[in-house]
Order: sequence, then structure tokens, then C-alpha cells
Amino acid sequence: MATQADVFEAGREPEFNEEARKGQSLWVDSYRRLIRNRAAVIGGALVIILVLMAIFAPLIAPKSFSEQVLTDNNKVPEWMFSIFPSMKGYANVSSDYLIGADYVGRDLLSRIIYGARVSLAVAFVGPIISMLVGVTYGSISGYFGGRLDDLMMRVVDVMYAFPSLLFIILLMAFFRSTLAKPDPGSFSYMLSDIDTKMGGMFFIFIGIGVTAWQNMARLTRGQVLSVREKEYVEAAHAIGARNYRVMTKHILPNIIGPLVVAETLAIPSYILTEAFLSFIGLGVNPPTPSWGAMISDGSRVVRSYPNQALFPAIALAITMFAFNFLGDGLRDALDPRLRGTR
Amino acid sequence: MARFIIRRTMWMFLVLLVVSAVTFILEHSVPGGPFDQEKALPPEIIANLNERYHLDEPLPQQYIRFLNDVLVPHLSTIPPGNSLQDSAVFNIKISDGRWLKWMNFGPSYASRSRTVNDIIRDQLPISAQLGVFALLVAMVVGMPLGILAGLRQNSVWDYLGMGVAVFGVSVPVIVLGPTLVWIFGVSLKWLPTNGWGAQPPYLLGFLPRELDANFIKHAAMPSVALGLGSSAIIARLTRASLLQVVREDYIRTARAKGLVERIVILRHAMKNSLIPVVTILGPLFAALVTGTFVTELIFGIPGMGKYFVTSITNRDYPVIMGTILLYAMFLVVANLAVDIVYAWLDPRIRYS
Repeated sequence: MATQADVFEAGREPEFNEEARKGQSLWVDSYRRLIRNRAAVIGGALVIILVLMAIFAPLIAPKSFSEQVLTDNNKVPEWMFSIFPSMKGYANVSSDYLIGADYVGRDLLSRIIYGARVSLAVAFVGPIISMLVGVTYGSISGYFGGRLDDLMMRVVDVMYAFPSLLFIILLMAFFRSTLAKPDPGSFSYMLSDIDTKMGGMFFIFIGIGVTAWQNMARLTRGQVLSVREKEYVEAAHAIGARNYRVMTKHILPNIIGPLVVAETLAIPSYILTEAFLSFIGLGVNPPTPSWGAMISDGSRVVRSYPNQALFPAIALAITMFAFNFLGDGLRDALDPRLRGTR
Repeated sequence: MARFIIRRTMWMFLVLLVVSAVTFILEHSVPGGPFDQEKALPPEIIANLNERYHLDEPLPQQYIRFLNDVLVPHLSTIPPGNSLQDSAVFNIKISDGRWLKWMNFGPSYASRSRTVNDIIRDQLPISAQLGVFALLVAMVVGMPLGILAGLRQNSVWDYLGMGVAVFGVSVPVIVLGPTLVWIFGVSLKWLPTNGWGAQPPYLLGFLPRELDANFIKHAAMPSVALGLGSSAIIARLTRASLLQVVREDYIRTARAKGLVERIVILRHAMKNSLIPVVTILGPLFAALVTGTFVTELIFGIPGMGKYFVTSITNRDYPVIMGTILLYAMFLVVANLAVDIVYAWLDPRIRYS
């Protein structure tokens, strides 16, 4: 945009990099820009560490995440008093728990480590669902245009007016009704069976999928509209390519960049949705640990045992930072308008 | 412009109608009913309750009954405020003992002595105060930071502003809330950790009459916790938009004709750079509105928040419908307002 002005404002001669003259693929170029961005590298490294932590949770976690030792409830290690001096006097000390135990005597650290599984699962599955639904919907709407486009976009408009968090809560209540159990063999029984086996994550995925695709659909439609009349699309039509082929082979590869960036930037909001849901008790099923649920349990006793809320909160904040840094870095690296600049 | 507003208002009603229909279908397809309890009631009692609240009718008939209660004004001889079955948002006195009533959202099944209107009247002002003050925090923190960062690009201010922005988007209410409670409520004991400091009657129906120390003490932490995330978004957007605007030709022209830098920035750059910021206020408002209820849970504020979750888990159909429609209405009205302000700020935009 005004990159030229930037260079002149700084009073420097524009630099011509020898490497930049060689043909470079977009991805190599982007990658180089990405690793030059310190914040993005830190974010990426944190994400990798978190992923490893989630995968190898059984090896890292010192204890089981679900085993309750009721006699150890709310115990804290000795060093905690130096951070939270107010706890001295009433808190029971036990060196068995590195950062303390929760209200039913489960190891907080192990629960935080296992909790990464839920947050990261949402961080990766959320974008996939939202892309699948949103890109399909948006491309159909943008590609065929006309009445169909009008109709499809009005549906999106209506979905926008729905307070999405309320909608998810309603869906969650719909999915896991507390007092009624579906009959074995029915479709809903099958679904809740899957959900139980996944510790309650399945319905969260569906909830996010149902509410998160509208942005993607709008963005995709806009992108499709901008390339639909391009010559290469016309050429594809001219040689007799069918709609499906034109959409997947000619249009999609040309618009996928901004969509991926938008989805990366949306990852923190998916993590947040899951944390919110678990916070209000509609997220994962206990005893599956989720940071949102841990913060919720912890904030009830934050006056007496602040460690129970603050440590999962720190874990959630670090994860959010990591994905935000990485997302920002990716956007800067992939945004074609910034190409060739630093 | 008038035509645009009329068309959008009609569209708004259509949207609310669809939202109500979807909510109706969803809430009734959730298994279980409003009168399920741990210890089941005898079937005769359930049948009686269902009959009392017309839950024994076929669903389409129930929906039509709902629409009729809400949309069609009717005459009533019961004075306002005295009836659970015939409570309405608008009560117009026609003659002695006769009222024209409009918008009856029905009774709450869970708290049998209150209607949806009662709940909204008592609880909404508190949530609205929280939302307004959070929005104030967001703008008061976000805009100056964004402007400073944009005007002094790559300076300490820029890094500070963008640092705050990343912090704001990465630290959600559920992280910031308990942390603030622990720091200012528990350790320093400066601020109360729950409750709210305003009592009715309110100014304009929702604003506290006076901003006394009690109110500010109670509102400070929740407003900051809720508003900081939005302030980050505002700061980023203000910065980006200002950076773009100061490179425009008309800024160069203003400088070239010898205007003082202050005037160039204030009158020429700022006004134009605020346009994108105004567009984000709609979605931002939506985020704040839905954010209020988690904030209320953390800080123990007696607002609408509790009813979102409890109405759904209790299958309290009228309250579910009331809260969802209320917030959907906020969202569509906010978006309409944004579009109108948008056209007013940028004369190039014309709606037809």
C-alpha cells in the first residue's frame, strides 16, 4: 500500500536483495517472513510444546487427572506460601502436589496438562469444521450467485442475529439433556455414545461447527466473487470444465490463502468458546479436565485457595498468547500486499 | 435514507420472527420439560401444570399463542403488575379499569411468582450498566492507545499500545476476572468481590442516578475485565485505520496549505480514521452483551446472566424465549444504528 513511502520516510535507499530477484514460491517466501518474526516464532514454539504436552500427557503428568484423594483436598505445597502468604495458617501442606490439589484432592498440575488436550483439540478441529462448512457454503453462494446467493446470504444474516453463545448453550442443553436418556439403538443414543467416549468433546465440536461457519461463508463468498470473472475461470469454462471442477481446481486454490489466515486468527475464539462452555458447566463431562471448568471451580474458592483458579488461568492465557502471536505472524507472512517488504 | 431505515426495520422484524421460531423449535425439542424434578411429580400434577400453561396443546398452536400474546395488543380489566398471566411490557390506560396491553412474554415456570417482564425489568438494567461501562472502558482505553500508536509508529507508544492489544485479546474475562478478584479483592482488599452498587429507580430506565463511590467500587473490576478485550480490538483497528488515513492525499493537502498539525490530526485524520472503528462497534457490542453473563457469574452481579443458563437447564420456555429475543433485538438494533452512524460519518456512503 504505502510501503514505498515507508522506505523513504526512514531516509534509506530502497534495498534490493539479491535473493529476492530469484523466483520464489509464495510459501517459501512466507515461511522466511514467518521465521523472521520473533513473536510468531515464540508463539509457534509454544504451540508445538503445548501439542507435545497434550499428546504425551500420560508420560508427563505426575498423577492421574481423575483420581480423587479426598483427604488431600485443597492441599498446597510449601513454596505456595511465598506467593500467596494469605494461605498460611489454614491451608494444609503436602509436597505430593507440585502446585496443589483441587477441592476433591486431584492433582492440579496433572489436570492442567491433560486439559491441554481439550483446548488443542478444539483449536484444531474448530477451524476444520468451520472451513468445511463455511467454504462449501460460501463458494456455492458466490459461484452460482443470483437468487440462490440472495437466499443463502439471508440465512447467514439471520444466523448473525442469533447471539451465538446463547445458541451454543441452547444446543448444548439440547444435546446433553440431564434428565432424559435416549433409547439404545436410536441415532441420538449413538451420538451421545460417541460424545461420552470423547469425554464430552464431540458436542462441543458440533456446537462450534454450527455457529462458527458464517464468517467463513461470508469471506469465501466475497473471495469467490472477486475471482469468478477472472480470465482463468472463463478459460476453464471454455474448455468445458464442470462447475465442481472449476470450483475446486481453479477458484479454491486461488482464494485459500486469506481463508487460512482468517481461520488461524479465529483459533483463539474457538479455544475461548470451549473454555466459556466448560466454565458455565456445559462443556466437557467431568472428570475430563478442561481449563475453563478448572477456572470455574477455582474461582469459587479464589478467596481461600487462589492457586486453584490462577494456574489454569495462566495455562489458558499462555495458549491464547501463543495462538494469537502465531496467527498474527501468519497473517503478516501470507498477506500478499506485504510481499517483498519486511 | 428514510426508505433504507424502514426497509431495515422490516427486515429486523423478520429476523426476530425467524429467531423466535428457531428458538421455539429448539427449546421444545430438548428432551425433558419444565416440571421435571429429581423426585418426579405425580403425572396428574404434571398434566394439570401443562394444561395451566397450555403446554398440552400441539406445538404450532403454542407458537401461534405465543405470537398472539406478544404481537397483538388486547384489552384487559386487570391492573398492570397484578397478574402473572396478563403482564405486559406496554400498559396503556384507556378508561377506569380498562387497559390496553401489548407484549406479554408470559410467566416464568421456574420462579412462579415472576413473569419474564419482571425478570427483564429487574435484571436487565444491571446488565446494561455493566455493558455500557465496559464499552466506555473499551473506548477510553482503546481509542487513545490506538491513536498514540498510530501517530507515533514504531515508537515506545506503538509497542506499548500493541502490547496491550495482544494482552487484551489473549486474556479473556474468565482469566482476567478471577485474577483481578484475587489481586484487588483478596490481597489488597480495595474492592468488593461481588454484588452491585446501584439501586432502582434508574435514569432513562437503566443508568444509575449517581456515580457514587459505592457504585464505582462495584463496577470497576467487572467493567475492566469485560472491556479490556474489546479495547484491544478498538486499539488495533484505530491504529491501522489512522496509519492508512495519514497517507491519504487530503492529509498532504491539509499540511501543504499550512494547517497546524493539531488541526490536521484532529479534524482531518481522526474523523476519517474513526469510520472503521464505528463499524466494529456493532459486533463489539454483541461480544460485550454475551460477555456480560460470564462476568456476572465471576463477580456475583445480579444481572440477566444467571437467567441465560438457568432458564435453559430448567426448560423455562418463556424465559429462554424472552432472553434470546431480547439479545437478538439488541444485536440487530445495534447493527442498524451502526449503519446509520456510518452514513453520517462518511458522506460518500449512500443507502438506497
